[in-house]
Amino acid sequence: MIKVRIPTPLRPLTRGQGEVETKGGSVAEMIDHLEGMHPGLKARLCDEKGELRRFVNVYVNEEDIRFLKGKDTVLKDGDEVSIVPAIAGG
Amino acid sequence: MSLLSLAYSPWPIAHSLDMEFTDAQIQRYSRHMILPEVGGKGQKKLSRAKVLVIGAGGLGSPSALYLAAAGVGTLGLVDGDVVDLSNLQRQILHTTADVGVPKVESGQRMLAALNPEITIKSYQDNITSDNIMRFLPDYDIVLDGSDNFSTRFLVNDACFFARKTLISGSIFRFEGQLTTIKPHEGYPCYRCLYPEPPPAGLVPNCQEAGVLGVLAGTIGVLQANEAIKEILGFGETLADRLLIYDALEMKFRKVTRPKDPACPLCGSHPTITDLSGNYSVSCSI
Repeated sequence: MIKVRIPTPLRPLTRGQGEVETKGGSVAEMIDHLEGMHPGLKARLCDEKGELRRFVNVYVNEEDIRFLKGKDTVLKDGDEVSIVPAIAGG
Repeated sequence: MSLLSLAYSPWPIAHSLDMEFTDAQIQRYSRHMILPEVGGKGQKKLSRAKVLVIGAGGLGSPSALYLAAAGVGTLGLVDGDVVDLSNLQRQILHTTADVGVPKVESGQRMLAALNPEITIKSYQDNITSDNIMRFLPDYDIVLDGSDNFSTRFLVNDACFFARKTLISGSIFRFEGQLTTIKPHEGYPCYRCLYPEPPPAGLVPNCQEAGVLGVLAGTIGVLQANEAIKEILGFGETLADRLLIYDALEMKFRKVTRPKDPACPLCGSHPTITDLSGNYSVSCSI
């Protein structure tokens, strides 16, 4: 099982949950799986072409997937995924 | 602990006397000076440091207060706003009596009351691509506590061109982020982390979103912590990490922040070579 940490701006879509669980596979598959459970999440993470938005980072454990294999990065059991959008409040 | 009890310290006050501190300064900074990692030399470094705080709001308030208390010799405060009653839930530089007063005015007054030994410069201005390069030459370190993406990308780019270390903090609802940006020392810039700001209208704006007041204190104080580490040259830098704080779960996490070879600003083939680009995006989170 893979844990996905949901940032506070997106928790209204996960009924307030800060952490959800998903299956293995690629990050792209994980996003589709999350969308199935929490409709609306994918649109916040990806643009119309399905590419990750450039102000949202996805980390597998501590690594930014943009510097791994992007959405093709493969997740393995026990991985922790963090979704981290840019925030600008001060 | 009274000052007298410092006489029993293994690092006596006399160690600092040759640093030309007044008795009042020795007393004021004694808890720093007895730290072997700081000492008189470190306190002198602090007194020579010049830090620009962008935004005298939620983040700028606690960071400026702690930097002033620490004896950072020159503090600059930039903010174009006046104090609003809705600011006071988190912007602790200002008091109820300051509503309607320019934030840099009430901020300067508060900081001077806390530490009259330091120089405080205030600029009642919104940061723009036309004025930012005028502020930066007078400072060593910049703290970004602004409240919108436009300013954050502008400050990042300007600090890159001016080769200034930038301590970036940001908050939203119950979540905070903190990182140190110094591409002039080979580390990544803010655009390596987030290449582009969100388009207008995609996410709630600042006033709709809300923020836990004390969260501003947590992240603002950590910005001051990182600034002091940069000045004193100790500890682990956050220049290749992003710190993420979740106030609800009380969790701090650090993730890697690699340099992006394709970064449009600090990459090998930059497309941003000055501040003439469009920095006008909406106030979004």
